Amino acid sequence: QVSAALREGGVSPTELCQRCLSLIKSTKFLNAYITVAEETALKQAEESEKRYRSGQPLGVLDGIPVAVKDNFNTAGIETTCASNMLKGYISPYNATVVQKLLDQGAVLLGKTNLDEFAMGSGSTDGVFGPVRNPWSYSRQYKEKSVSKSHSEDEESNWVITGGSSGGSAAAVSSFTCFAALGSDTGGSTRNPAAHCGVVGLKPTYGLISRHGLIPLVNSMDVPGILTRCVDDAAVVLGLLAGHDPKDSTTIQDDFKPFELPNLPDVSKLSIGIPKEYHAPALSSEILALWSKAADLFKNAGAKVTEVSLPHTCYSIVCYHVLCTAEVASNMARFDGLEYGHRSDMNKSTESMYAATRREGFNDVVRGRILSGNYFLLKQNYENYFIKAQKVRRLIANDFLKVFRSGIDILLTPTTLSDPVPYREFIKEDNRTRSAQDDILTQAVNLAGLPAINVPAALSERGLPIGLQFIGRSFQEKQLLTVAKWFEKQVKFPIIQLEEVQRHVQDVFQHQKSASFS
Amino acid sequence: QEVTVEVLEHLEHLALVDFRDAEGVERLRKAIRFADLLQEVNTEGVEPMDSVLEDRCLYLREDDVTEGNCTKELLKNAREKVEEYFVAPPGNIPLLKLEEQETFLQGS
Repeated sequence: QVSAALREGGVSPTELCQRCLSLIKSTKFLNAYITVAEETALKQAEESEKRYRSGQPLGVLDGIPVAVKDNFNTAGIETTCASNMLKGYISPYNATVVQKLLDQGAVLLGKTNLDEFAMGSGSTDGVFGPVRNPWSYSRQYKEKSVSKSHSEDEESNWVITGGSSGGSAAAVSSFTCFAALGSDTGGSTRNPAAHCGVVGLKPTYGLISRHGLIPLVNSMDVPGILTRCVDDAAVVLGLLAGHDPKDSTTIQDDFKPFELPNLPDVSKLSIGIPKEYHAPALSSEILALWSKAADLFKNAGAKVTEVSLPHTCYSIVCYHVLCTAEVASNMARFDGLEYGHRSDMNKSTESMYAATRREGFNDVVRGRILSGNYFLLKQNYENYFIKAQKVRRLIANDFLKVFRSGIDILLTPTTLSDPVPYREFIKEDNRTRSAQDDILTQAVNLAGLPAINVPAALSERGLPIGLQFIGRSFQEKQLLTVAKWFEKQVKFPIIQLEEVQRHVQDVFQHQKSASFS
Repeated sequence: QEVTVEVLEHLEHLALVDFRDAEGVERLRKAIRFADLLQEVNTEGVEPMDSVLEDRCLYLREDDVTEGNCTKELLKNAREKVEEYFVAPPGNIPLLKLEEQETFLQGS
């Protein structure tokens, strides 16, 4: 919708850019952005404006403000991965997905906050501090909280965004940008999308290039797309997907961008409900919502069946071993010599490396590197690494069996509960948290399947809850069609944030969800 | 399985994260205990899976030079350099073992 407004001249790219930049400033307390590229953004907006004036915009995304998670390389802009190891690191190149966005004329507002090196499920463990969920400050949340003193509660009651792409999710949720890039290795795009009430798409592994995405787990990482509605996600997907000669793990098949039908029909679909996703810790609210969603599909004529993915309970352990092993390998490049932080310790190469890495990485990262190396030791390789790879196949096969039996889409919860207050979240350590929170999203990464979080309803506390749809490999069109149908059914409410209303109300007065497509 | 001092030293040599203190060891122990749960799964006859794209061929491009000549940009991010070299401290000096490190620190 905003794209149409740009084309018709209702609003100009520079105006749009300025509004978003000032909204970013007013919502600084959210800590969603690590770097705001104000000058370059305005320049990009000016270029876009020239194109619109001459009637030659590059496409739907021309002039649209976007944000990128800070583990994507962006030429000339600091890329930190929320770590001391890369503070001050100015990328010499753009990640392929970033380049694609820029080539379409998108306006890059800045880099968003995350857990250090994307390790975590709260966006609380980065060196720039935690990200605050914009819904913490929404009227919907404030109305539901039993408060004694107004200001005291805001400070101590704010809830997390989820992670690790929390900054991107918060940026989209608070209207400071129209789309954001995240990354998804264990749920890192879908988890914060659910907590922040936005659409979070994890594409099939191999569909979108990882070139320039600082890797965590090469065999599971994918760039994730965060938007306010499913149609927007489809548009961005259309622009980013496709073979990249610079990333040999992208498939070579031709990708055809698609538009979603306006009135999707789900009556011929077969929806699977995996019983193992009824985790013991799942909140009763989400369980009820999940059930209601299943009924929605039933009533529309779809076939809804309970299915089984028996190895689900092992996905976290499997991920734990494979992730730490790949991390141990991927983090080896950070030695202080070519880029990034370098310790002053100068006695020997190895002591310099060790000191650099101790100073540059936080405990979570160091712990994973150490564990990863342990599982890769000759005496452990077979029992841990290879074993985990075998379990991975079992988990991936579980999904294959279900899809082969005629199921088109799986419907599951995305998170165990609505977002928790920060002070609750930090009571447990990172690994325990990740192990708990990733249970519903993790297996999808092991199997490389596409999945999407669609905001479904507000919890009793006034906070977002989302549901997850999992599709067959490379069947994003079907997945997004179902997601769009569901989105239309549930009519998830718009966040009522003072700051947003002040800055962008008039631009969006005609539009309900302020999408760009 | 206990994490012996030997294993720990060896790990540090490989990982180089200087995490041999009590906290590091405790984390490692917890991680190993957690990973041991994998042993419960019957993986008889199951092949390990490297990648979900195992049924496809990786794309290999022609061995043609398509970019390069970016020495200046690449050197920009390095802290210690001399002409076109990255400068490293002397190599071939073994990492201090844990007990040696402690006495070294106590001494200084």
